[in-house]
Formats: sequence, C-alpha cells, structure tokens
Amino acid sequence: MTIKDVVRLLNAEILCGSDRLDTEIHTACGSDMMSDVLAYVKDQSVLLTGLLNPQVVRTAEMMDMLCIVFVRGKRPEQPVIDLAREKGIVLLTTEKRLFVACGILYTNGLGG
Amino acid sequence: MEECVRLEYDVDGENFASAGNASESVKRMLKQLGVPPEYVRKVAIAMYEGEINMVIHAHGGRAVAEIYPDHIGIWLKDSGPGIADIDLAMKAGYSTATENIRSLGFGAGMGLPNMKKYSDEMTIDSTVGVGTTVYLRVNF
Repeated sequence: MTIKDVVRLLNAEILCGSDRLDTEIHTACGSDMMSDVLAYVKDQSVLLTGLLNPQVVRTAEMMDMLCIVFVRGKRPEQPVIDLAREKGIVLLTTEKRLFVACGILYTNGLGG
Repeated sequence: MEECVRLEYDVDGENFASAGNASESVKRMLKQLGVPPEYVRKVAIAMYEGEINMVIHAHGGRAVAEIYPDHIGIWLKDSGPGIADIDLAMKAGYSTATENIRSLGFGAGMGLPNMKKYSDEMTIDSTVGVGTTVYLRVNF
C-alpha cells in the first residue's frame, strides 16, 4: 500500500510530507519504546507510536523509516514537525489507539 | 597512510532534543562517501544509542568518528558517573534509567546490547566517578 492508503484507512490527518503520499510501504511497527524500535525493527518503513518527542523522528531517521503515525489523537509540537519535514519523513496523526491502528493496517495487508 | 575522514562533535548533555545530531551528521557523511546503506544504518543505530546514553546517563561528552575506506571507528567519551559492572550493563533489559528517561522512550536496557549487535567491535573503558569511553568499529 501507499502512505495515502494509511491516511485513508486510519482517517488520519497529515501533519507534514503531503508531497510524499504516493510512497510505497510494505511493513510497519508499533511501539512507545524507541529502544525497542532500535533493537528489534528491521526494514520497517512506518512507525506507529504514542510518543511525541523529537527522538521519535530521530529514531525513524536512523532506521530509514518513511512515515510516523501518532495514535490516540496525539499531536507533536511544531519543532518536531519541522524536524520531520527537514528529514523528509511523513507525519500523520489518527484518533485510533495503537492496537486498533496496527490491526487495521495489518488486516489490509501491511506486514510486520 | 590510509585516507581518513575525521569528524568531531560536542554532545550536549543538557539538551535531549538535540541528541542524535552527531550520529545523523556521521550518517550523512557515510552516505555522501558512498558507503552501502546496510552499513550506514548499522553505524547510525550503534552511534545513536551511544549518543543517547551520553545524554541520559552522563551529561554529554565528546564524539569522534574516523572513517576509512574499509571501516569506521567511533569514540564516545564522557565524564559521567561511569559503569560499575560492565557485564551487568551489557545484559539485555538491564537499565539504571529513571522513570523520566523511560517516559521519553528510552531506558529499556537495550542500548549497550544494541551497540554491540550493530558493531563489529566494541570496547568499554569505564571508571566509576571518572567517566566512560566506548569504542565502536563497523567494517564495510
């Protein structure tokens, strides 16, 4: 699927990176613990999280991820959005909870 | 003598938001030098974990990277509290991080094991009350 599909499936709002919605993605991971993302993730291109600090964007950047989805209606502060824009990472926010958001994407063909 | 690109950074221990700047700069340089992406990512993750450690445990410090055609050597030097039991610190899941650090998404006890996992060589030289120097090497 593409990031545009994620937006549609999660009824998400785009915080930055609207010019990159056609990017193809194949796998995702969900975690609030960046240490675990760094330890266990391999080649996942989407990160779903409830954590809002700048290190979420840094972690995604180090892992070459393309898109971050903030769950539970969370919204990072502007400096975090600016950082993601600078790194070319798409930021989305959805009202759905982490488990539900992951489930919807998984059911629709996004792998782990 | 081998050609070498040397990079040096001050890691600001007071600014959690800027943690990762040095690793990101090294990552960018490796990409520019044409190092294959899988090695770039190994370096980025190992160094980023080290940089985060310096900020959350040791009030920052100094990071030095030397890039050679076939490998990178990274020294992360801090004047923090030191590590009393390195074997214990290397155990996955062991952490001395506070609840505050965990709330920031770190402190799962995966930092040092992760640095070892993504590097080809890692040495820790630490004295309690004096500081810690971690050396990481990743072969290309």
